[in-house]
Amino acid sequence: MTGRRGGRPLVPAYLSTGGVARPSRTHLERLSVLTCSGGRAPTDLPAAQAALLEELGHGSLTVVEAAALLRLPVSAVLVLAADLLDRDLVLARAPIPPARRFDPDLLKRVADGLRDLKHR
Amino acid sequence: MASATSSTVDDRPAGADVHLPDTARDLVKILVTGPFGVGKTTLIRSVSEIRPLHTEELLTEASAQVDDLAGVREKSTTTVAIDFGRISLPGGIVLYLFGTPGQERFRELWDDIAYGALGALVLVDARRIDASFDVLGLVEESGLPYAVAFNTFPDAPRHHTPEQLRAALDLEPTTPMVTCDAREADSSIDALLALVQHLIDHHPPEPR
Ligand SMILES: Nc1nc2c(ncn2[C@@H]2O[C@H](COP(=O)(O)OP(=O)(O)OP(=O)(O)O)[C@@H](O)[C@H]2O)c(=O)[nH]1
Ligand SMILES: [Mg+2]
Repeated sequence: MTGRRGGRPLVPAYLSTGGVARPSRTHLERLSVLTCSGGRAPTDLPAAQAALLEELGHGSLTVVEAAALLRLPVSAVLVLAADLLDRDLVLARAPIPPARRFDPDLLKRVADGLRDLKHR
Repeated sequence: MASATSSTVDDRPAGADVHLPDTARDLVKILVTGPFGVGKTTLIRSVSEIRPLHTEELLTEASAQVDDLAGVREKSTTTVAIDFGRISLPGGIVLYLFGTPGQERFRELWDDIAYGALGALVLVDARRIDASFDVLGLVEESGLPYAVAFNTFPDAPRHHTPEQLRAALDLEPTTPMVTCDAREADSSIDALLALVQHLIDHHPPEPR
């Protein structure tokens, strides 16, 4: 069984019709934050890239959030975002670097923030 | 599971409020994991500030081969839904929670989502403790720090002592073990806090 949700195709059409991942120099991951650069999009932008750009026009999104809103696999959004980065239409910011994630100050801020949530 | 086919009624608005606030600076994540039907989606829904979203993840060939061995033929591609939610904390921290299935056959996906995570909250159903062995194996092999939360299902057996439960799960003495009602925000936050406090107290070494 494939395609549980409303018969949506599993592999977006553009991936099977010659959409090629250009190796972008910026490392992208699930929690990379994507923001519009404000650059003007060419009129012949492929539809899927245009759809991502349009979503980002309403504000920044992580890769996973964009994938959820566009109903695309994360792997597809990584390709689209890399294309838009190469065109300078999108900026990407990385999440916490793995080496910094156990920084005691960061962890304490997470714990304090969670505790505050409880007292609301 | 009903959660796989029916969408959940939720009055948080869709779409508009998903975009990140400009104050978002430090994005961190915790995996909420465990076997089927243990309460992963429920916990994320009870604490997330956004209506929980999900991505459809394509399973890799490795997983497809496992399915083939199980007798499922001609299965080209399958997907699994990964729910996630988000909590904005003061100081620009945004905590993401990923509901990650704990079956061995999702290992590659698991490792991909676990990359860079603070740790994992492992939900356990006391009615079927052995269903959690797979996920504990995955977590330990990934090197992620973790805490265990027993969900309070009404018909869960109550005669086990904490020592018996620890022994059954083969937990390290320092691994936090709490009970949690995933339907309650405060209870779910306490379980997350047990994990974060564990990270503060034990200064995890840099995982692989
Ligand atoms: N009493 C009680 N019920 C719970 C608790 N956590 C989850 N449930 C119920 O258990 C059922 C399954 O919960 P889900 O959140 O869908 O579990 P899941 O881990 O996301 O399941 P899958 O995604 O199918 O693997 C739901 O009916 C929940 O309401 C809990 O702490 N206490
Ligand atoms: Mg679920």
